[in-house]
Amino acid sequence: MNLSEPQNKDISKPPDYWRKPLDIEKYKIPHGTVHIIIERCKGCEFCIEFCPQKVFEVSDEFNSKGYHPPKIVCHDKCVNCKLCELICPEFAIYITEDEPMNII
Amino acid sequence: MSMNEIHPMDKLIRADRMPHIWCSGCGLGTNFTCYLTAMEKSGLDLDKCVIVSGIGCTGRIPGYTNIDSFHTTHGRAIPFALGLKLANPELTVTVFSGDGDLFAIGGNHFIHAARRNVDINIICVNNFNYGMTGGQFGPTTPLDAITTTSPYGNYEHPFNLVDLAAASGAVYVARWTSIHVRRLTKSIQEALLKKGFTFIEIISPCPTNYGRRNKLGDGLDEMKYYREHSIIKHGINPKEADLSFNGEIVVGKFVDIDKPTFLDNQPDMSQMSVNNKK
Repeated sequence: MNLSEPQNKDISKPPDYWRKPLDIEKYKIPHGTVHIIIERCKGCEFCIEFCPQKVFEVSDEFNSKGYHPPKIVCHDKCVNCKLCELICPEFAIYITEDEPMNII
Repeated sequence: MSMNEIHPMDKLIRADRMPHIWCSGCGLGTNFTCYLTAMEKSGLDLDKCVIVSGIGCTGRIPGYTNIDSFHTTHGRAIPFALGLKLANPELTVTVFSGDGDLFAIGGNHFIHAARRNVDINIICVNNFNYGMTGGQFGPTTPLDAITTTSPYGNYEHPFNLVDLAAASGAVYVARWTSIHVRRLTKSIQEALLKKGFTFIEIISPCPTNYGRRNKLGDGLDEMKYYREHSIIKHGINPKEADLSFNGEIVVGKFVDIDKPTFLDNQPDMSQMSVNNKK
């Protein structure tokens, strides 16, 4: 494998191992469920831009204030880092922790 | 309607007052969340935490915080906080206010509270203009920036807030932007637990006034700008951390020293006067 190539960062897909690592059972990927309080959203799109796993996307729907709230495109990608919860200026996103996922 | 959903931060904010007044794309909500998270993580007794502010967009923060909070007159947040701390030294007093409030009308209070090293924490949200009153230029507006009162470009030199704080005697001086949420949270946590006068400057987007007149785009574009143009330089001389118009933003923790506070020194003085009388 050429190490200079960019590594596969998408953790929703299992990495390519040439053999199964012996201690793979020990390591889990954290996982969370994203909750969006749509009526609080003011459509700043901070969560969409800065989510490291790109879980969000602008939705076509409006809330009652006329903003486009985010929608979740790939829920399985969420790794419970809670950056969206911290960066959302409107207290409109929160994460609840789920069971961690297996790597393979 | 999902209005009845409970956000984990709802116990620390006055959720009945949400949504807050800040514009879409404003960084204040993010800064506020960082402060609340830091307060929660620091393990302090929330009944012993107090937040004080002056006037301005940032001055609205105590109104939304579900701890003891005070919204004081313009520029007088620091004298009020100082009185609180001296009357009840058990309290952890934080002043959360804007650049206009702390450095324009309240500039003298700031330097003298820093000189005395009173044990209060100052968090200053710097958005480079007077946002609430319509975007006039203030003491932090960079040279050449366009505001409502400087339509051909600002020709006054701005303050370098971190240098001012360090030179006045603050024991902890840091600067972050709204995008550095984790570092900012950690920094606020350190400042809350630190004894002495601490100062944290947060560079924050103001898309409605400053950003629009200077064609910086919306709040998201300003946040992206901070991500691309901020350089972390811990421990450098704050003199070198000058901000320029559309230049690079030097962030980091510049000063972290230990020094006896105002209240530490006070008993010694009273003891001395008793000895002198004998």
